[in-house]
Amino acid sequence: MPRLLAVARRLLRNDEDAKDAVQEAFISAFRSLHSFEGNCLLSTWLHRVAVNAALMKLRSRRRKPEESIEALLPAFLEDGHHASHPPEWRDSAEALLARREDRDFIRGCIDELPEMYRTVLILRDIEELDAEEAARILGVSRNLVKVRLHRARQALRGLLEPRFRRDVA
Amino acid sequence: MSHDVTCREFVDFLDDYLSGALGDEARGGFHAHLAACPSCVAYMKTYQAAVQLGRSVLTRSDEPVPEEVPEELVRAILATRKKA
Repeated sequence: MPRLLAVARRLLRNDEDAKDAVQEAFISAFRSLHSFEGNCLLSTWLHRVAVNAALMKLRSRRRKPEESIEALLPAFLEDGHHASHPPEWRDSAEALLARREDRDFIRGCIDELPEMYRTVLILRDIEELDAEEAARILGVSRNLVKVRLHRARQALRGLLEPRFRRDVA
Repeated sequence: MSHDVTCREFVDFLDDYLSGALGDEARGGFHAHLAACPSCVAYMKTYQAAVQLGRSVLTRSDEPVPEEVPEELVRAILATRKKA
C-alpha cells in the first residue's frame, strides 16, 4: 500500500489525487482480479494497476500547453562540435544527494519537466518498466518512449546544471 | 558508422552507447571520440549524474508515507464487494 501511494504521488505530485488514484486502483484491481493470470507477482500486477490509475487521472486533468525543452538541450556548431564546453559539476552525485536542499531542488527540477517527458522518466527510470510496457501503458511506440526518455534525461541535466556546475559557488 | 563520430552524434546516441545497444563498429567509433573529446566526457558524466540523481530522489522520500490503509478506501472496497 505505501509503495502504491508513492508511485501515484510521483506521477501526480498531489497527495489527494494520489490517494484517489490508489483507491481507484484497488477498486479496479478488485473488479478485475479474475483476469490476474498469475504470470507475475500480485504486487507487480497491483503496481501496474496503480500506474494505470495514476496516468488516467493525469490525463483527466486540464491539459496545459507543453513547453519546449529545446533550450535545455546541448547546442552544436554546424560541424557537429559542442557550441560550448559543458561545465563539470561541483560535487559527486552522492555528495549532492546528502543535502536536503539539493534533493528538494532536484525534485523541483523533475516537476518542471513537461508532462510527456516527466511521465516517461518516472515510468522508465523510477518505476523501472521496460520500454515495451511503458509504450503500451502510454499508448505510444517503443521508439517514441526511447526518444522521450533520452530527451527527458537531457532536459533534467540542463535544469540541474545552473546550480550544480563547478563555477557556481 | 564508419566516419568519425561528431559530438552531436555522440550525444544523440549517448543512451544507446551507455546501455550497450550499439554494435561493435559503432561502439569503437564512440570510444575513439570519447578518448579525444573532453566536452563529450563532461557531458556524459553530468548526464549519468542527472539520471542517478533523478532515480535517487524519487525513490527515497523525505516525507513520511502513511502506513495505514485510508478509511475511505476500506469503505469503497467493502461497497464494491457488496455489489459484486
